[in-house]
Amino acid sequence: MMIDLAVWLILLPLIWASLAFMAGPGRGARLAIPALGLQLLLVLLLAGTVSESGAIGLAVGGWGAPLGIDLAADGLSVAMLLLTQVIALPLAIYARSYFQVKAPEGRYFWPLCGFLLAGLNGLYLSADLFNLYVTLELVGLAAVALVAADGGSRQLVAALRYLFATLLGSGSYLLAVALIYAAYGTVSMATLAPVITAEAPFVVWLAGGLMLVGLMIKTALFPFHFWLPPAHGGASAPVSALLSALVVKASFYLLLRLWLGPFAGLTASAGLLGWLPATLGALAIFWGSCQAIRAQRIKMLIAYSTVAQLGYLFLIFPLLTSEAALRAGIMQAFAHGLAKAAMFMAAGVLIKATGQDRVDSLAGAAQQLPLTMFAFGLAGVTLTGLPPSAGFLAKWLLIEAAIGQGAWSIAVVVLVGGLLAAGYVFRVLRQGFLLVPAIAADAPSFHPVPRTLEWMALLLAAASALLGLRGVELMELVALGGAA
Amino acid sequence: MTLNEALPLAVLASSLLPGLVIFLLPDAWTGKRTALNLLGAFTKLVLIVILLVGVHGGADYDFHYAVLPGLDLVFKVDALGLLFMSLSAILWLLTTLYAIGYLEESPQRSRFFGFFSLCVTATMGIAMAGNLFTFFIFYELLTLSTFPLVVHRGTDKAMNGGTVYLVYTLTGGALLLIGIIWLHQLLGHSDFAHAGIMADLEATGAISGGQLKMIFLLLITGVGVKAAIVPLHGWLPQAMVAPAPVSALLHAVAVVKAGAFGIIRIVYEIYGIEFAQSLELLLPLAVVAAVTIIWGSLKAFFQDDLKKRLAFSTISQVSYIVLGVALFGPLGTIGGLVHLVHQGIMKITLFFCAGNYAETLGIHKVSEMNGVGRRMPLTTLAFTIAALGMMGAPFTAGAISKIWLIEGARAADMDWAIWVLWTSSLLNAAYFLPIVWRSVFFRAPLAWPAEHLSRYGWRETAWLLLLPPLVTAAATLVTGIFVTSAFSPLAWAQFIAQQEYGPLVP
Repeated sequence: MMIDLAVWLILLPLIWASLAFMAGPGRGARLAIPALGLQLLLVLLLAGTVSESGAIGLAVGGWGAPLGIDLAADGLSVAMLLLTQVIALPLAIYARSYFQVKAPEGRYFWPLCGFLLAGLNGLYLSADLFNLYVTLELVGLAAVALVAADGGSRQLVAALRYLFATLLGSGSYLLAVALIYAAYGTVSMATLAPVITAEAPFVVWLAGGLMLVGLMIKTALFPFHFWLPPAHGGASAPVSALLSALVVKASFYLLLRLWLGPFAGLTASAGLLGWLPATLGALAIFWGSCQAIRAQRIKMLIAYSTVAQLGYLFLIFPLLTSEAALRAGIMQAFAHGLAKAAMFMAAGVLIKATGQDRVDSLAGAAQQLPLTMFAFGLAGVTLTGLPPSAGFLAKWLLIEAAIGQGAWSIAVVVLVGGLLAAGYVFRVLRQGFLLVPAIAADAPSFHPVPRTLEWMALLLAAASALLGLRGVELMELVALGGAA
Repeated sequence: MTLNEALPLAVLASSLLPGLVIFLLPDAWTGKRTALNLLGAFTKLVLIVILLVGVHGGADYDFHYAVLPGLDLVFKVDALGLLFMSLSAILWLLTTLYAIGYLEESPQRSRFFGFFSLCVTATMGIAMAGNLFTFFIFYELLTLSTFPLVVHRGTDKAMNGGTVYLVYTLTGGALLLIGIIWLHQLLGHSDFAHAGIMADLEATGAISGGQLKMIFLLLITGVGVKAAIVPLHGWLPQAMVAPAPVSALLHAVAVVKAGAFGIIRIVYEIYGIEFAQSLELLLPLAVVAAVTIIWGSLKAFFQDDLKKRLAFSTISQVSYIVLGVALFGPLGTIGGLVHLVHQGIMKITLFFCAGNYAETLGIHKVSEMNGVGRRMPLTTLAFTIAALGMMGAPFTAGAISKIWLIEGARAADMDWAIWVLWTSSLLNAAYFLPIVWRSVFFRAPLAWPAEHLSRYGWRETAWLLLLPPLVTAAATLVTGIFVTSAFSPLAWAQFIAQQEYGPLVP
């Protein structure tokens, strides 16, 4: 039963992606939406089993680790699976009405989206380094194709740059996997964990370093963020939401998994190593926020906000000796995932309605599109870390972990980052609240927009806020063998 | 869930649910919106009366709910919270009526009343919070729900005022947050309790007094921004761009009161008054309050804009509460607590009246008020009563506050505080009496700046604008004259002080 749940989570998206490709443009949604509903159900069942009987591992087709493919699900991976499906379903409903209006751009959306989700689910369930590489590559290539599928010259340039970055990242990861295999003759994470110790040969340290850098490039951690803003800011709204909310989380998850799993021996012995990602994370928060505050186009603003928000995820690395830091990281991944998807979706509505994507052109939006502005504001509250929201809980956990270990610098970075986030969020809200006389000749005109778009954005924004009132279950899930 | 657990939630729901529904109503549905507003306001009043009777009889109202493992949302209704809740609920009803009259036919009314209801919900949450975590959630919710009200007019000027407001309050919030988390990290909880929760902690010797002082500074600075303590007061005069009902709400009920209330909770129920005294935290707090009292009054004296003058007056008056808290001893406590209510009633009257002058005749400046008393006698009467109350004239609520504060200062051997209070009274007279004098005895101009509403029989303006200030002006007199009745603000403040200091309280 367990086996089926996990395997189907990978197979289902592959099946509907292939069918959507054959069915032709515009028909994919009819398959995707029910299938995504089913996937969500599967994840919930999986979460139920894992929280009852603890982490599970399984050998696909009955072949064990050295020969066959091992899948594993613990609290951490189930949490990430849950986040993926929870965002994917409303996003698919949104994309369906988004691309109806503007058909040619969405031609390849459904097949690519399916492959992407299959890659993500596979990545969260994989138990060996090489499988992780395969899924990582699948995710990266599908994401690049989604950016390029828009077809504009700007998007193509962004996609090429993205392709370069993602190949560099996964290439360096693959090299590291080869080094590990040469050293130990295995790629299974469970087997590697006890044998990699602080006395490991230099080549293992080199492999660890390559993985760290490769995954930081793929997660767009400052200063490797150069590819992210054009790619996320240039793609169409549903694609941006998918990339910002989910794709960058995958490489972060992988880094966290390696840090706590196979490489725990190395990371524990090099106490200061955690400060490298943390320092870069702090710089990402400042740089990303300042760029967001200055951005002229609304989607660039949101994309730079992603650069900043990803920084928080890396602040947890020096603190990982306490359980609270891991919880803070996962809460932040949820908060940012839900809120950023909602924010890109709301931006999509605003752009569709005004026909422009400049922040300045939003005057009067609060009057014309109150639901959308409300969704944007709610998502902004989460990103700013104001209560009640998941972002607030993430901040609380992170600051508490930091103070507990005397890392005051991290607490200060988190607080200042929150204020900077308020700077760019309220820049948009301020513009939206500006009152424009309806009869003025130069008043921007608002085109009607399907209500589904507005409601889906609001749904995810509300989820990001409401998670701030009930985080107990999620945190208990993460505690289940998350550090295994 | 028992009834006693459900009641605090019902108090929140009575404004939250109508607020959420109101957001969805079209602007033109005035009747339905008004009905919802009033239904919520009256339900809340009834609930609060039930709670008042219950708490007086010794009942406990507690609600716990885990947000994260080891982190609880806690609501607790106690005598101190109820003091703030009763004030807010009554003034919310009046302000709602006033706002309905004030905003007639203006755009975006559903949005306005939606956020208005959220704002009161946040105030109730602050009053009922059982620990600092819960307090912070609603404290920030208050910031978020008042921002759209401050910028409601949507002009560039409103936006700038709103931005300044946000910069101040969010920065204050960040400082408050780090103080709370630090405390939570040390103690494992942040529950409010009589006589405080810090004394045991220091006794163990694990934490130095310096750390505790640092936390105190962070917490007080955080809430001090909303309480508009000098030098954290810069946002308040800027926020005057808001519509009159919002200013009334900000100044009398919600924002500055939330800050003052936070100071009370932190001093009495986190640190404990005796422990705070032993750490030598009270004297600096009293000095800051005294400086604020004098500074606010001095600045008020030089403002020509009526609302700005009232704003600086608020800065001064709210620090009376802080001063009362910082005077070590039951008399000062009673004076501070009772002023929380009295200042609310008087200040809201003044803002209602200022709004009436602006809406009816287009008067925004003191220099334009010549002879307005003859055109709008009832409004001017209400204004005069409230202004006399602010000065501490006999038979008004203000006199009661001032007597107890002065007695408190004497009992605490802080004679300089008495001088501060008398100086402030004189300054109050110096900036309020000329207004009254002008409006009654000066000759009226040939035409008012912009007469929006004309006189109709005895009614000098729309009745919804006229009624609320008359009611609150009457309340200023009633609370000043019938001080000894069982449910007067003073009696209730004595009840609270008894719990804090034991049976020694007069």
